[in-house]
Amino acid sequence: MDLRVNQLTKISAKHLNVFYGQKQALFDVSLDINQNEVTALIGPSGCGKSTFIRCINRMNDVIDICKIDGEIAIDGKNIYDPNVDIVSLRERVGMVFQKPNPFPKSIYENVAYGPKIHGIAQNKDELDSIVENSLKKAALWNEVKDRLQEPGTGLSGGQQQRLCIARAISVNPEVILMDEPCSALDPIATAKIEELIDELKQTFTIVIVTHSMSQAVRVSQKTGFFHLGKLIEVGTTEKIFKNPTNNMTQDYITGRFG
Amino acid sequence: MTKEQRLKKRYAAETRFKRYGIISICAALLFVGLLIFKVLSEGSSAFVKTSIQLELNFDHKLLNISEKPTKEEIADIDFYDFTLQHILKVYPTSNREEEKQLIKLFTSDFEFEVKNYFLSNVSILDKIITLNITASSDLDQLHKGNYQRNIPEERRKISNFQLAIYDQLIKNKKITKIFNNYFLTKGDSRNPEIAGIGGAMLGSFFSILVCLIISFPIALLAAVYLEEFAPKNKFTDFIEININNLAAVPSIVFGLLGLGILLNVFELPRSTSLVGGITLALMTLPRIIIPCRASLKAVPPSIREAALAVGASKVQSVIHHVVPLAMPGTLSGTIIGLAQALGETAPLLLIGMVAFVVQVPGNPLDPSASLPIQVYLWSESAERGFVEKTSATIMVLLGFLIIMNSVAVYARQKFEKKWI
Repeated sequence: MDLRVNQLTKISAKHLNVFYGQKQALFDVSLDINQNEVTALIGPSGCGKSTFIRCINRMNDVIDICKIDGEIAIDGKNIYDPNVDIVSLRERVGMVFQKPNPFPKSIYENVAYGPKIHGIAQNKDELDSIVENSLKKAALWNEVKDRLQEPGTGLSGGQQQRLCIARAISVNPEVILMDEPCSALDPIATAKIEELIDELKQTFTIVIVTHSMSQAVRVSQKTGFFHLGKLIEVGTTEKIFKNPTNNMTQDYITGRFG
Repeated sequence: MTKEQRLKKRYAAETRFKRYGIISICAALLFVGLLIFKVLSEGSSAFVKTSIQLELNFDHKLLNISEKPTKEEIADIDFYDFTLQHILKVYPTSNREEEKQLIKLFTSDFEFEVKNYFLSNVSILDKIITLNITASSDLDQLHKGNYQRNIPEERRKISNFQLAIYDQLIKNKKITKIFNNYFLTKGDSRNPEIAGIGGAMLGSFFSILVCLIISFPIALLAAVYLEEFAPKNKFTDFIEININNLAAVPSIVFGLLGLGILLNVFELPRSTSLVGGITLALMTLPRIIIPCRASLKAVPPSIREAALAVGASKVQSVIHHVVPLAMPGTLSGTIIGLAQALGETAPLLLIGMVAFVVQVPGNPLDPSASLPIQVYLWSESAERGFVEKTSATIMVLLGFLIIMNSVAVYARQKFEKKWI
């Protein structure tokens, strides 16, 4: 069934256990994510899928009580190695959040911020072209090119989310993590973002957390199903949705629980 | 109880509650109104002063100098005698006692008023000029209607002879009310007519400046560290509780601290606005840290995550995003903290700013008073002339407080970013 066996593995999680204080949020999760593919993570609320993707760019480090055990390797290198610089990791692994969170600054500043702090652009012209390219890749350029100096918070919800995607890709990452990027958007904006995700997978490896089964089917090639902190089943999207091996997966995708 | 009765009761309760609220607000407004009315009615007259028109003949012979005087000659002029000759012509006197009483209607500083006028207009030599000479405080109060004329002479500050002069002057329209330029520019004085709050205002200004320079950066950094970087443990909690406690410590305790440490250990100069400012800074620090932390906390975590996710370090996310977004709240908290410090009296009493300072301070190392201290000093004075000055000083102080608080409110509303 799996036609993409020759795909390169980009991210590989091995025996990942995550604790929030006394509470264990992830139990022994091992999952491989292929390069230039969209991997969807589905499961009921609180099942640990967001926790999992926040481990990939070490966003959980911000939380004091969070303890992580196990290993996540990107290109074969463990990102939890003490020598890994967290800032350069996040430069390689971008993230888009559930709620659009543009900085309360101009549209231009929002996209230019990442390249500025990483010194990617040598001069103003280069920065301008990075901003333009990122906005074009995020399919937002035509809508905002005449008002780059207006505040990013003044855009509509869908535009804001695409602005956040533009911001994420402005530093030219390898992986983009998306934590329910469409949950705050209407169907039209959602369709645009999904189209965009399909486009972006040419360049980036994408991991998307979603509550919408149909979205997972539409955008992803591989799907993982989480339940109560455990990875129940993982496989090609086709297999998971047409022919799941686990009863729980079957029940969840047919809407019997969750 | 039927449904209608319950409904009626609920409506009645709501109306009653609304009325209680309105009554409370009216009571509060009434007290504020009383305060403002009292201060305004007593204090506004201090902004004008009574002056007496005095004809002065700047004849070089009277001034005892040559026709083309040299600088030395001008510097040696005895303006006291010169002015006195003219004052005595205002009203005929028959003996030394009457002369004295006549002279006492003028400010004790009259020679300086004439001298200053002459030195800045030397060309008036050999001309006759009419000058407005500040009246003494007693005449001023009489003219403003604060002294009763119909009580026995021995209980009056103004003698019958002086009243006669006054009536004569009024008849000749020699008495005018002019803007009191001394009040806002001069230092303190024993004579109410030449006492001013210029020194106190500058002293307050220097104190608040020192207080701002010390407390704002320390408070901001402390708040940023506690809110963004400090590990959440018992020790941090302990610090937090202590900051909250310090904000509630009576201000006089900080005065004792300033006295014990700044004056006695570090031997900084007593009565200066430098020491006052440092003491006020100690007191203001916790009061600024608390609103700073609150405004940092109000920045949504999504902004921090957004910055971290594009690869900003913790410090970059705080300096580039969190602190600028918290700035409106931080600034308004600081201004309100400073406004409290401006009105603070007790700690300054202990570090010696209660001294009688005539000189207007030129820098924070000069001895000086401050506005609330000036109110305190003058309110203890028995002289009638200081009563209106006390109220006028309160007006100035309240004016500054209102301005500062309005700026704080304006800054918060104007610069606060709205996020979705």
